[in-house]
Amino acid sequence: MEEYEMKVTKIKNGTVIDHIPAGKALSVLSLLELTGKEGYTIALVMNVKSRKLGIKDVVKVENLEINPNLLNRLALIAPEATINIIRDYKVYEKRKIALQDVVENILKCNNPTCISRQYNEPIISSFRVISKKPLKLKCNYCMRYLNESEVIEQIVERSKF
Amino acid sequence: MNMNWFNRDIITIENFSREELEHLFNIADKYMNIKFKDSLKGKIIANLFLEPSTRTRVSFEVAAKRLGAEVVNVTGEYASIKKGESLYDTLKMLDSYCDLIIIRSPIEGSAQFAADICEHPVINAGDGTLNHPTQAMIDLYTIKNTFNRLDKLNIGVYGDLKYGRAVVSFILAISKYDNKIYAISPEQLKIRNEIKDELLNKGVKIEEFTNLEHVISELDVLYVTRLQKERFVDLAEYERVRGSYKLDLKSLEKSKPNMIVMHPLPRVEELTYELDSTSKQAYFRQAKFGIPLRMAILSLIFGVEV
Repeated sequence: MEEYEMKVTKIKNGTVIDHIPAGKALSVLSLLELTGKEGYTIALVMNVKSRKLGIKDVVKVENLEINPNLLNRLALIAPEATINIIRDYKVYEKRKIALQDVVENILKCNNPTCISRQYNEPIISSFRVISKKPLKLKCNYCMRYLNESEVIEQIVERSKF
Repeated sequence: MNMNWFNRDIITIENFSREELEHLFNIADKYMNIKFKDSLKGKIIANLFLEPSTRTRVSFEVAAKRLGAEVVNVTGEYASIKKGESLYDTLKMLDSYCDLIIIRSPIEGSAQFAADICEHPVINAGDGTLNHPTQAMIDLYTIKNTFNRLDKLNIGVYGDLKYGRAVVSFILAISKYDNKIYAISPEQLKIRNEIKDELLNKGVKIEEFTNLEHVISELDVLYVTRLQKERFVDLAEYERVRGSYKLDLKSLEKSKPNMIVMHPLPRVEELTYELDSTSKQAYFRQAKFGIPLRMAILSLIFGVEV
């Protein structure tokens, strides 16, 4: 039994997101648009020992099988994360996450004079992934780069409740 | 009718192949001496200019009128954008009133946004620091007209390479051909990384310099660009680089006899008037070519014969 399993009981149905880089669990919830107001029971364990990562975070969401499209967003900050869909206490399915070639409507372009930043225009942000490691995105409107640290900074900023 | 050009949006020079540009230049040659045709009679073109412009706006208007089209000018000062209307709504209106939309905006990506929204073709007449594709087409045409070729030349670009959209579009355009590019600028005004990476990925031969004197004798073309005051977020930074580069007769002393000086204009203080009467001056010719070239663009988009 792993250390975190002693701290948080197994869930009957839902989603377990394991191998999240330590300290990123709140950002994971933010990316998955889980605010706590949805009513799901959410367990969050931070800084537990991991053979793979040294230390890691784990998130368990009860009674919700998270949509694969939402899960793919996690590749922005937790590309090594593993997803287990749990049904009746058993792992029903292991899902892999993959960063899509285009990232839309999640991040904001850092260029204030980009069309995607204009508050009164009906437009969503859109980035092309030009490098996965290290992460580097390029705005599809103004062509400016968004690098890994800027992506993390934006997501962390959003996850401050 | 050339189907590659018919009904096409012109957003960035990168979308155009050498063959498509060659076809455009052949058509522009034919328009060089045509004062008037009525091939676009009945067409209405919207000139939406949300930033100051003399050459681009006027030459598009003149080109359209020389082909018999009507032009409506919508400028930032008098458009409802000033009242807070969105660009989206403005474009929706113009798209329902007109047959083609020419747009200039200080906001990067506006032209792509316009093309995504509008059913009619959109021409980018400059969007922030990003693109000015029709200027780049004129620039290539000027070089072809002078040297009778577009390759095997040493091309210097000199000045504000960071914020200047015309010069960036020119670099992307001339790098479609086998040339060596000398990017000469003060340290603070070097080409932006995303453009440099784009060029390096394509294997373009480009080298950066801070001193024109070191390379002037090697150049066939020197493309000068003004300091883009309106793009500086910090005016103190603008003041620091202001006057850090200038082209005068003395700086051309060691240049090749048939080397030409180009400039998309307007000039401010980076290009002295004493060059105007020399054989190296090509910028007024370049500005003049705006008419036949834009006549060619409009007729190709509307699919009419010369």
